[in-house]
Amino acid sequence: MLIGKPAGTPSSEITPKSTYLNRRKFLAGAAIAGAAAVTGVAYRDLVDLVNPSLTAQANAKIDGLQKSSFSTTEKETPYKDVTNYNNFYEFSTDKYEPADLAKNFKTRPWTVTIDGDVKKKQVLDVDAIIKMASPEERIYRHRCVEGWSIVVPWIGFSLSELIKRADPLPKAKYVEFTTLYDPKQMPGQRTNVLQWPYLEGLRMDEAMHPLALLCFGMYGEVLPNQDGAPLRIVLPWKYGFKSAKSIVRIRFTGDQPLNSWQQYAPNEYGFYSNVNPNVDHPRWSQAKERRLGEFLKRPTLMFNGYDQVASLYSGMDLRRNF
Amino acid sequence: MRLRFTKIAIFLAALIPLGRLAWKALHDGLGANPIEVITHSTGDWTLILVLTTLSITPLRRITRQYWLIGVRRMIGLFAFFYGTLHFLTYIWLDKFFDVHEMLKDIAKRRFITVGFTAFVLMIPLALTSTAWSIRRLGGRNWQLLHRLIYFTAILGVIHYFWLVKADHRKPIAYGIVLSLLLAYRVGVWASEKASEKRAQQAIPTPARNPL
Repeated sequence: MLIGKPAGTPSSEITPKSTYLNRRKFLAGAAIAGAAAVTGVAYRDLVDLVNPSLTAQANAKIDGLQKSSFSTTEKETPYKDVTNYNNFYEFSTDKYEPADLAKNFKTRPWTVTIDGDVKKKQVLDVDAIIKMASPEERIYRHRCVEGWSIVVPWIGFSLSELIKRADPLPKAKYVEFTTLYDPKQMPGQRTNVLQWPYLEGLRMDEAMHPLALLCFGMYGEVLPNQDGAPLRIVLPWKYGFKSAKSIVRIRFTGDQPLNSWQQYAPNEYGFYSNVNPNVDHPRWSQAKERRLGEFLKRPTLMFNGYDQVASLYSGMDLRRNF
Repeated sequence: MRLRFTKIAIFLAALIPLGRLAWKALHDGLGANPIEVITHSTGDWTLILVLTTLSITPLRRITRQYWLIGVRRMIGLFAFFYGTLHFLTYIWLDKFFDVHEMLKDIAKRRFITVGFTAFVLMIPLALTSTAWSIRRLGGRNWQLLHRLIYFTAILGVIHYFWLVKADHRKPIAYGIVLSLLLAYRVGVWASEKASEKRAQQAIPTPARNPL
């Protein structure tokens, strides 16, 4: 018996996936907007009602942003650079790849476990955390240990807001942050370039410093997946790798955590990793940096120019405690 | 005739990486950190071409395509060309011709020390790549001098391995290719030694006078 080939659809008639997805989005949006106009319900609230996770998706605007006195007036790095040049080893060691590899990363539902030396051990929904305080826009300099830097308008509020609510015990001297471990979603975790899950840590007074940001957005929008969605920290006076991404656990502890990069190469990456032009990486100089988009290199500033943190380290030998 | 066409083809092919960089540079395609892309790309192609020249000898012996020797010089010169571009990106776009900074770097940063050495060792090879130089130096001396390429290749791979932050897969891949190419030479050398020895043993000893 002969079975004929099914008559194929000519490729010219196949709608590209992006087109129909956009059409769906457009239709859904049009329907919701129409309904909102009729009922007078705010667009965003209605979206919340229909599909709570929708508001959490990338490119969703974040309203009611407050300005911050911590913001720099320096020129912001273009959005396309900050979203296409990412050190996010969970996805890839190639900085140009996370943008694509994190495209379908699931950021909802998402919970964060708060445990260790803390009065209120709990598992919090990320959306509950985001609502703990009003969102601020903070335009920070961000300096990578590799010698490049960017200026990013992050969105979030001081990490201290969360820590205060968690109510750590007096014996908690440090805070440890754990990034999601999910090799199915994060292909970089199928290789052992680093030990997974990614760990980072701060001394309690560093974590309580108002500059330390608990971050869930940037450029007026929800944080893109490749930049550490749904929840990350941003520590502008430290090298970028300290600013842990896609956090699932915050643990309070009496012992100094062993952060992933220190674990990997203790002679090259320390616990503190404060930006310091006078202490070189053993293999390269940290005296200068290349601001993305600029041709000439610019001098790197102590604590990345955030002198207000200097008192946290007074009396410490920063050459030893690099 | 075939060699002529092959040479033209290789010449054009070897310009593709540079052409791609130029095209991307003109079309805003080098991404967020163009200078890094240029540095990495020229470095990669230097290593690839150095390893390619080292693969010519094994290739022509194994495949008996002896004419391949005719393209080796050009590939070697292209390796030097990309190495020069790589070095220029470093002194111009990274150090902005600050010679003092550069010398400090070379002395202090071991990945730059070895990278710089690898590059410098290529210079005499490029300078003596002409037929005139071969005649002038004599085949033996010329060959001896051009063995410097082994050091360039080894130092080049070490340079790459040392500069990488954590993901060593690519420099290791280059290292494996280089090891195979060097192992082939060691193998050839050892078997030649062995056959020399056999040849010596095969020389019949003069028959003793019968008693």
